[in-house]
Amino acid sequence: MSEPAIELRNVTKRFLTPSGGIYTALRDLDMQVAPGEFNAVVGPTGCGKSTTLALISGLEPPSEGQVRVNGRPVTGIVPNSGFVFQSDAVFPWKTVLDNVAAGPRYRGTSTREARKQAREWIARVGLAGFEDRYPHQLSGGMRKRVALAQSLITEPRILLMDEPFSALDVQTRTLMENELLGLWSLTSSSVVFVTHDLEEAIALADRVTVITAGPGTVKGTYEVDLPRPRNVAEIRFEPRFVHIYQEIWSDLREEVLVSYERQKHSAGAA
Amino acid sequence: MSVRSIRPARPEIATVAKALPAVAADSTQASARARSIRRRRLNVYALRVLVAVVWIGSWELLTRFKVVDPFFFGQPSGILQKLQTWTTEGTALGPLWEQVAVTMEETVIGFVVGAVLGVAVGVLLGRNRLLAEVFSPYIKAANSIPRVVLGALFAISLGLDLKSKVATAAILVFFVVFFNAFQGVREVDRNLIANARILGADNRRLTTEIIIPSALTWIIASLHISFGLALVGAVVGELFGATAGVGELIYSAEHNFDANGVFAGMLLLAAMALIAEALITALENRLIIWRPNPVGTDIKV
Ligand SMILES: Nc1ncnc2c1ncn2[C@@H]1O[C@H](COP(=O)(O)OP(=O)(O)O)[C@@H](O)[C@H]1O
Ligand SMILES: [Mg+2]
Repeated sequence: MSEPAIELRNVTKRFLTPSGGIYTALRDLDMQVAPGEFNAVVGPTGCGKSTTLALISGLEPPSEGQVRVNGRPVTGIVPNSGFVFQSDAVFPWKTVLDNVAAGPRYRGTSTREARKQAREWIARVGLAGFEDRYPHQLSGGMRKRVALAQSLITEPRILLMDEPFSALDVQTRTLMENELLGLWSLTSSSVVFVTHDLEEAIALADRVTVITAGPGTVKGTYEVDLPRPRNVAEIRFEPRFVHIYQEIWSDLREEVLVSYERQKHSAGAA
Repeated sequence: MSVRSIRPARPEIATVAKALPAVAADSTQASARARSIRRRRLNVYALRVLVAVVWIGSWELLTRFKVVDPFFFGQPSGILQKLQTWTTEGTALGPLWEQVAVTMEETVIGFVVGAVLGVAVGVLLGRNRLLAEVFSPYIKAANSIPRVVLGALFAISLGLDLKSKVATAAILVFFVVFFNAFQGVREVDRNLIANARILGADNRRLTTEIIIPSALTWIIASLHISFGLALVGAVVGELFGATAGVGELIYSAEHNFDANGVFAGMLLLAAMALIAEALITALENRLIIWRPNPVGTDIKV
C-alpha cells in the first residue's frame, strides 16, 4: 500500500480545563487514511472527534505522538487542506461571492481571478444567483453549500468535515450528502468525515472508524464495500448496508451506553 | 407552529411580533396590527410634543411672572432672542458660524484621532495576550482617573490653540473606543478564525478581514457615545482657556451672568451632537449591512 494521506500515530491530546485540571480527550489513537479514501469517524458525543480533526488540520498540536499528512509531520496549519465546521463558519460580513473567493485570495490569487473561480463553484453547489447575498439571508442548507464551496474551491488534498450536516433537516441533509459525494467523486481528496450518525457514515464512506467514549481511541475500523456511485436516499435499504450497520452498531452501542451513563452521573452530581 | 395560532389572541405578543419576520397567516389581521402600531407611534409623537410644550411653556411662564428669576434660570424667549442676535449680529467673539466651526473642528479631529488610536491599540492588545497582561493595570489606572482634568494639563503643555482641545477630546474618546475594540477582538468567534487560517489567511489578513469586521459591531457602538464625549472634551478644553469656540462662548456668557447665553450655547452643542449622531448611524447602517437587524429600528433612549 502506498503511503497514507493522513496518519495519526499513538496520539494523545490533553486539555487544560478552566478549573486548572487536565482532561485527556484522546489517548493512544492510531488511525490511517489512504489517499483518496472517504473515512467516516463515528463515536459518542464528547469522545474527541472534533479534537481529532483539529489535530489533523494543524489547528491544535498533539500532546504526545505524531500526526503526519501527505508524508510530512504536521507542525502548523496543513496547506492544501479544507475544513467544513460543525457550526456556521462562513464569514457573516462577506457576501456569498467573497466568502467563496476568500481561500484563493488568501493563497495569492488576484481578487478578479478568485471571484471568477468563485462564481463557478457557486454554480456548482447550486447557488447561482445568490452571489450578492449575505449569509444571514440564506437558509441553513444554503449556508452549508457556501461552506462546501468555500472549502472545495481550494482543491484540498485532504478534506476534513465536522458533522457538517447535523443541523439540517432530513430532506436537505440527504440532498447535501448526495451532492457531497458527487463533488468528491470529481476530486482525488482524502476525506475525514466526522458524524455521530452511523447511517450517514456508512452511506458516505469507504471506511468507518469507531472511536470509544472519551478518552477517545480507535475501537475498530470497518470496510464499507458498497458500490459507487451511491444514492444516499436508497442505499440504506440494501441488505449489505443493513448487514454492515448491524456489525458496526454492536461495537458502537457499548460506547454510546458508556457515554450515556457518564452523562447521567455527571448530571446527577451537578 | 403553535405560536402562530395563539398570537392573535394575545395583544402583548402581537406587538412583539413586529420584530419577527413576517409570518402573518391572515392579511386582514396583519393590516389591523399594522394600523394599531402606526396609531401607537403617532400617540408617542404627540405625547413627546406635549412634554416639550408643557416643559418649555411652564419655564417661560414661571420666569415671565417672576416666580423664578430669569436672571439665574434663563428664559426660553430670551434664549431664542440670544440665538437670533448671535446669528444676525455675531457674538462677542466674532461671527457665530466661526465659533461653531472651531468647536466642530476640535471635536472631529479629536474624535478621529481618539477613535483611530483606540481601535489600533484595542486590536493590538486584543490580539497579543502578553501585551494585554502587561498593560492592563496601567490602563485600568488611567481609566479610573477623571480624564477631563487632563484638559488643564494639556492647556499648559500644548497651549491655548487647537492642539490642547483635540488632545482632551481624543483622550476621552480613546478609552471608550479602546475598551470596546479590545472586547470586540476578544469575542471574535474562534471558528471563524480557524476557518480563515485553514483557508490560508496570514496574520495581516486575519486582522483586517476577520478580526476588525467582527469587532466592528462593538467599535461602532462605542462611536455613538464617543462623539458626545469628543464634544465634551473640546468644550472643556475651551473652558480651560481659548479664544474662540462654543465652549468659550458659554464661558464668556457665564462671566457676564448671561444665563440665556449659556443655554443658547448648550442648545448649539446639542444640535451638533444630534447631527453627528445621525451621521454615525448612517455610517453604521452602511458598514454593517451584513447584520440581520440593521440598527435604528429599535427604540433608543
Ligand atoms: N479547548 C479545550 N479545552 C478543554 N477541553 C476541551 C477543549 N476542546 C475539547 N475539550 C474536551 O475534549 C472532549 C472531546 O471534545 P470534542 O473533540 O469536541 O468531542 P466530539 O467532537 O467528539 O463531541 C470534550 O469532553 C471536551 O469538553
Ligand atoms: Mg464535535
